[in-house]
Amino acid sequence: MAMYNLRINGISFQVDAEPDTPMLWVLRDNLNLMGTKYGCGIGQCGACTVHLDGAAVRSCSLPVSRVGDKAITTIEGLSEKADHVLQLAWREHDVPQCGYCQAGQIMNAAVLLSNNPKPSDQEIDHAMHGNLCRCGTYLKIKAAIKTASSKL
Amino acid sequence: MSIIKTTYNRRSFLKVSLAGGGGLMLSFSWLASCAPSEAIKEVPSAWFDLNAYLSIANNGEVTIMSPNPEVGQNVKTSMPMIVADELDVDWKNVIVKQAPLNPESFTRQVAGGSQSIRQGWHSLRMAGATAREMLKNAAAKKWNVNASDCTTENGYVIHGKDKLSYGEIATMAAGMEVPAEVRLKDPSEFRIIGTDRRNVDIEGIITGKPLFGLDTKKEGMQYAVVLRPPAFGLKLKSYDDTESRKVNGVNDVIQFGNKIAVLSKSTWAAIKGQRALKAQWEMDTMLESTSYHDKTMRAMLDKKASEPKRSDGDARAQFANADSVIEKVYEAPFLPHNAMEPMNFYGNVTAEKAEFIGPIQTPERTRSQIAELLGRPEKEITLEMTRMGGAFGRRLYGDFALEAAAISNLAKTPVLVVYTREDDMTAGTYRPAAKYKFKAAIKKGEMVAYHLVAAGVNSDNATREHNFPASAVAHYLVESHNLESNITTGAWRAPITNFLAYAEQSFFDELAGELGKDPVQFRLDLFARAKENPVGELQYDVDKSIGVIKLAVEKSGWGNAPEGIYQGFSTYYSHNTYVAEVAEVLMQGNMPIVKRVVCAIDCGIVVNPIAAINQVQGGVIDGIGHAMYGDFSFENGQPQTKNFDKYRLIRMKEAPQVEVHFVKSDNDPTGLGEPALPPVGAAVANAIARATGKRLYKQPFIKEQIILG
Repeated sequence: MAMYNLRINGISFQVDAEPDTPMLWVLRDNLNLMGTKYGCGIGQCGACTVHLDGAAVRSCSLPVSRVGDKAITTIEGLSEKADHVLQLAWREHDVPQCGYCQAGQIMNAAVLLSNNPKPSDQEIDHAMHGNLCRCGTYLKIKAAIKTASSKL
Repeated sequence: MSIIKTTYNRRSFLKVSLAGGGGLMLSFSWLASCAPSEAIKEVPSAWFDLNAYLSIANNGEVTIMSPNPEVGQNVKTSMPMIVADELDVDWKNVIVKQAPLNPESFTRQVAGGSQSIRQGWHSLRMAGATAREMLKNAAAKKWNVNASDCTTENGYVIHGKDKLSYGEIATMAAGMEVPAEVRLKDPSEFRIIGTDRRNVDIEGIITGKPLFGLDTKKEGMQYAVVLRPPAFGLKLKSYDDTESRKVNGVNDVIQFGNKIAVLSKSTWAAIKGQRALKAQWEMDTMLESTSYHDKTMRAMLDKKASEPKRSDGDARAQFANADSVIEKVYEAPFLPHNAMEPMNFYGNVTAEKAEFIGPIQTPERTRSQIAELLGRPEKEITLEMTRMGGAFGRRLYGDFALEAAAISNLAKTPVLVVYTREDDMTAGTYRPAAKYKFKAAIKKGEMVAYHLVAAGVNSDNATREHNFPASAVAHYLVESHNLESNITTGAWRAPITNFLAYAEQSFFDELAGELGKDPVQFRLDLFARAKENPVGELQYDVDKSIGVIKLAVEKSGWGNAPEGIYQGFSTYYSHNTYVAEVAEVLMQGNMPIVKRVVCAIDCGIVVNPIAAINQVQGGVIDGIGHAMYGDFSFENGQPQTKNFDKYRLIRMKEAPQVEVHFVKSDNDPTGLGEPALPPVGAAVANAIARATGKRLYKQPFIKEQIILG
């Protein structure tokens, strides 16, 4: 076990964990931040997407020892009042079905919009390619990203 | 309007007023999260249960229990909407809670068969209408007027110029006698049903609140990751847990039956501990491979079943005398469910009681299975339903809950059993593989006989023998063969029909082509026959069947596609709902791309349109995804695909536009979570056949060199 100082959603945490522990489990087990979801453990489904210094990363494949002093943002820290432009659009379109993959979808889309506020359809498809949804909410996700984009 | 007799047992009407405590907490959590601006702001000090479904606070807030498990089909929103409409309250003042498991008070607490709304419809309306009647009676008593002269509106009882809020008379209403009969609204009086209402859990979903089974955390709880036999047909011979116990954080390793559980306070340590186990397995029963299934099932298609599922006329004689016979075979593989939330369940078995929490479609049956496993009376066992991260049939089977019971019972600790994705995909309850042989006898350019032979795995009947074209063909024969397998199989979104519809509707398209008829007209002619002069027992509604076909034709512009767009048609009836779909494909080079699917659907009254559209879009995209990519095979009993690196699910760029059109209806609602899926595979395959000339006889299509854009 080793101690790690982590900066998550603007707050500093000290965590005692094995170096190879994926951030996903540090967030969920150690820090009770359970909005970040486990889906596959091998970076193929996107349910565990968080931001690492503003980049979308799969927390299931990011060992805690590799985080260093980079800032992590999870769905719980995306906005203070659940009013991120994507969260507003998700509400408007009533995107979720089961809802399990949605935090990962939103976190991934948030990075897309911060890099490219006016993405084309193809750019949305490309950016969201790594996020799976078995319920098939893709059309609503895309519509919500476009609505959010129109507000930027 | 209609008058119904109320049917409640005494337990549904335990009148309890909860001052403070629970009531306060409820309204705090709700106000903090999403109180709309017009909603009631004061904190209630007392709640009054009018029946098991609802309680009313002294400030007029209403708590409505959603009885059924929520898997993403949106019943947690739609079911309370039905209660709220009959109760006549403002939806803004409604708080929804997941009901406890209580079969005495609630009707069929199951998520399955697309039946929650259909089978709950009556009870939900009765619950709302009965409470409204009691509120009216209470107000009438207070005013000393006739209840029949009172009306209700948006949370108020009204008499002339007098008005009392439900909150003001809730305490009195809770003491009123339960009326023997109540009046239900006429559909024209609905104010909530038929309007768009957002998912009641949306705030939690988009802010990452712990809503799902895997988010369960309890005092002293350990994560349990289980090693199961790697192949169907193997059993545990021996194991060495030395390396597993060396993993930092692993607290215990426990064998139960043919499985071994690794326990830790850390999920990651438990996963590492599971991977470090060294187990030896030995053969228990047969080790089956896909090649064995294929060979055996193909042979079955040429055999006569001992007993037909349905036989009208004399099909065999007609085939012997036909001008020509058209015969096609369609094949589908096993499929895992792949709900995004892997299987999991919390269990805490103690000497006094046993507590369970988790995502389960069948809480009542699972509780009784747990009771049997533990040898404990059901009254000592509680089972709390969480929101489910998808299910698609997998969570009808509570094997993972039984594991939680067994492990907690042995380890004497609360546990959350967690499946890794690999566990989830390899310890499945799969959609069984199926093969169908269709034959049509043609005489003088008409189909005179129809013969379907099915071969299914663990399926006594892999057909829907009374579905169309039953009653539309004079000589009709359906047979089904069963291949018993030790691979666990079960319901998978739209059981049987998820593939049968594809096969049948593809065959119909080919048949129409052979007879030189328009595919839609060919079906309409058969439906006309079933209506005018049905053969044998008619078990579907011809008018509704034709209704959705005509709506799909109209909305898609069937037959008038622009240059370069190829259309494919399909229609199917399942879960009491009628669906017709037109898929449109265009060619990009030599690659067909599905651009649009137009879906017409008759599911009676649409309770919550915005959510209903989600169900249909989801069903269509899910159906296309599995028809295109869904593949799963076994080698010596061992699943050959274990995670999403090899198992391909449809992704955003492959999803076409889906247009949804509901038939306007005042009929009671029917199923919606499943019916859009069955027909879509054939709509796509028929469009691809038009575009490329290539017929698709096997799923997944990707194996036939068909690629979506």
